[in-house]
Amino acid sequence: MAHFDVNRRRLLSAGVAIGTVAVSGQPINARSITGGIPWEPDQAAAPPVALPHAPPPALFFTDQERAFIDAAVSRLIPQDDLGGGAKEAGVTFFLDRQLAGSYGKARTWYMQGPWSEGTPSQGNQSRLTPAQTYRAAIKAIDSYCQKTFSNKTFAQLAEKQQDDVLTDLENGKIELEGVKSKSFFKAFLQNTLEGFFSDPIYGGNRDMVGWKLIGFPGARYDYRDYVSKHGAKLALSPVGLKIIPQD
Amino acid sequence: MARKLPSVDVVLVGFGWTAAMLGQELTDAGLKVLALERGTWRDTSTDFAVTFAQDELRYYYRRALFQEPAQETLTFRNSANETALPMRELGSFLPASGVGGAGIHWNGQYWRFLPSDFVARTHNIERYGAGAFPDTMSIQDWGVTYDDLEPYYDKFERLCGISGKAGNIKGAIQTGGNPFEGARSRDYPNPPMEMTYGPTLFAEAARQIGYKPFACASANMSRAYTNPLGVTLGQCSYCGFCEKYGCGNYSKASPQTTILPVLMRKPNFELRTGSEVIRINQDKNNKRATGVTYVTEQGEEFEQPAEIVIMCAFILHNAHLLLTSGIGTPYDPQTGQGAIGKNYAYQIVSSVDVFFDDKIINPFVGAGALGMAIDEFNGDNFDHTGLGFIGGGYIALWNTNGRPIETHPVPKGTPKWGGKFKKAVAENYLKTATIATHGSVMSHRANHLDLDPTYRDIHGRPLMRMTFDYTDNEHKMSDYLTDRATDVAKAMKAREFHAKKREGHYSIVPYQTTHNTGGAIMGSDPKSSALNRYLQSWDLHNLFVMGASAFPQNPGYNPTGTIGALTYWAADAIRNQYLKSPGPLVQA
Repeated sequence: MAHFDVNRRRLLSAGVAIGTVAVSGQPINARSITGGIPWEPDQAAAPPVALPHAPPPALFFTDQERAFIDAAVSRLIPQDDLGGGAKEAGVTFFLDRQLAGSYGKARTWYMQGPWSEGTPSQGNQSRLTPAQTYRAAIKAIDSYCQKTFSNKTFAQLAEKQQDDVLTDLENGKIELEGVKSKSFFKAFLQNTLEGFFSDPIYGGNRDMVGWKLIGFPGARYDYRDYVSKHGAKLALSPVGLKIIPQD
Repeated sequence: MARKLPSVDVVLVGFGWTAAMLGQELTDAGLKVLALERGTWRDTSTDFAVTFAQDELRYYYRRALFQEPAQETLTFRNSANETALPMRELGSFLPASGVGGAGIHWNGQYWRFLPSDFVARTHNIERYGAGAFPDTMSIQDWGVTYDDLEPYYDKFERLCGISGKAGNIKGAIQTGGNPFEGARSRDYPNPPMEMTYGPTLFAEAARQIGYKPFACASANMSRAYTNPLGVTLGQCSYCGFCEKYGCGNYSKASPQTTILPVLMRKPNFELRTGSEVIRINQDKNNKRATGVTYVTEQGEEFEQPAEIVIMCAFILHNAHLLLTSGIGTPYDPQTGQGAIGKNYAYQIVSSVDVFFDDKIINPFVGAGALGMAIDEFNGDNFDHTGLGFIGGGYIALWNTNGRPIETHPVPKGTPKWGGKFKKAVAENYLKTATIATHGSVMSHRANHLDLDPTYRDIHGRPLMRMTFDYTDNEHKMSDYLTDRATDVAKAMKAREFHAKKREGHYSIVPYQTTHNTGGAIMGSDPKSSALNRYLQSWDLHNLFVMGASAFPQNPGYNPTGTIGALTYWAADAIRNQYLKSPGPLVQA
């Protein structure tokens, strides 16, 4: 079958004289396209590689950082009678991969100086990448907790105390060294929601727990049969880009 | 040192909607056309197929299809009293990079502007007197009228296969369409999309309180459609991944789904990707463009001579390239003189979330342009006497998506995290719909684009600096629209609703809309505009500038329909007037 495919593709590409000439040397993005639509076998943009759920070797978080994240995301989206929370959904693992990757490195951001704080309307002006922000913030929050709660880290606090700390971070009431608590909290909450609700290929939303909680059917692409079913409970089980869950 | 290449007839800067349309028109006229695109080649099957397109994290939150600020950004401030700072990550608007431009990731919401929008200055002064608006508002007429553009709107609608219902055919009001629209020569090529529950409930409530709701015109196909170029689009499958995503199903009109299969096969057309134009070159007398200079991804610099240069990039790049190339006179907000960078505008949006107890909305069964709207409060469709503002917008209930990272509405007063938040998300996700208002932003003397004195891009050029804020006119108008949207929300008899007015300064942080306009505006007078009525530069007669940069102010509708109409209008002028006698098409 593979053999046939290769030959078929060769025939197809031989039949259409398409010029796709690299302007110089490497055939990356700078190239001339004329006389047809380019089609390169096996060059389709594949989705990111599916990640194993367990056991996850940490790429970014230290053990202490992971303990903080586990504890904090458990308060942001807790496990309860509705189902698993952010920790159970694998959000810690999701964040670890995100912070180790291009998001954590702020690869697409404009990171040239000079640096200045600006107004809220002007947006994030921090020189720190997301990975650097998490590292600095977790360290500063644990050190705040140790000072305030007889040498206990955030993860060692009672849930009520953890909620109080998170609320104070959310409202910018805790001064953290080198990081703005309010903007860290905002990004952390946003990233947690991303981990809880994104496709499971990124390591969060394990067993589609986030999608099942709300009734989102996931990466389906054809709902034509349901458009006219006004008000109907559809109860479609969710599908992921690479996974159909067994329930 | 740039290597000089052989000359072409036409060079197109950027390769999105307007460039694809012009490429098709001008190769038909027998010209040799070259398009230069800084981004990559992209197509449906390879880059956003249905097997992986529905990926919220990758495409929206990790910005797979958009311009990267690391490559190009701008600086921003609310007013000249502040120091502008770089937009370090994307937020408020999402310019594209790559073949197809923002035509890949738009929702497909299709509108024509009102006849009065094109003569906003004259019309408002005639109806409300000399004091219709303060002289700090630099509102101008377009120099082109709705009637001029009508055939070109029609042509663009055929290209795209717009699904909708006419409200006014040759002056006769049509039941079920938008009764406020300008007269059109004929109906849309496809019927409206089939409506889901949320928009249907909105329409019922709006009708009950005396409005005339209609199905919004959509570039998502209500049925399979073959356009005049012979390119076929498929029926929309209501997957709910339109805006911020490419359509995997060939169901949303884009350059890829309407033009490129034909244009790319033409022998007199060439596209070079990974090729960013960094300068428009002029002759010694500053009368003609001689071509462009571009840099490849590998860092090689080329000079590309051309007989005609057409700027087809996103509005912000058009304005930036004119400023960095030293074409025309930069606008000075102190004196009001100069035209390049003048009248930057945006739009102002607000919303009302409507929460039901007993009605399952199923928001994930959606499409980018699936919705019902009312147009009673757009433009000058209503009497503004005593209201203290001009302009307006439409009020719609779009059923665009149920993508859960972005869409998990909760009632007012719900905490942003914790058990109560989780419970509220779970209880309301399937039972909430959102009414949106989409308002105009009038031009204002202080809102403009120029070059930043401090920050530089990767080519060493100054970044463009945006100075923009909403004024009293916009806030009053948007509050008024939000109140009218709330009236409809009340009539929907839901458990509760939550009106979110747009308050305070414009912020570049939260996503609002990618409807940026102005900076190279069209008009009747070279002193107050950059382009004449054919989008031809007043300064260099063989330079044309497409896109929403030409809008003198921003009406209360989505811009793509008018961008398409203006492009066909300009293409017609180039083919039938300019080629016969190259020179200014309007005498200054």
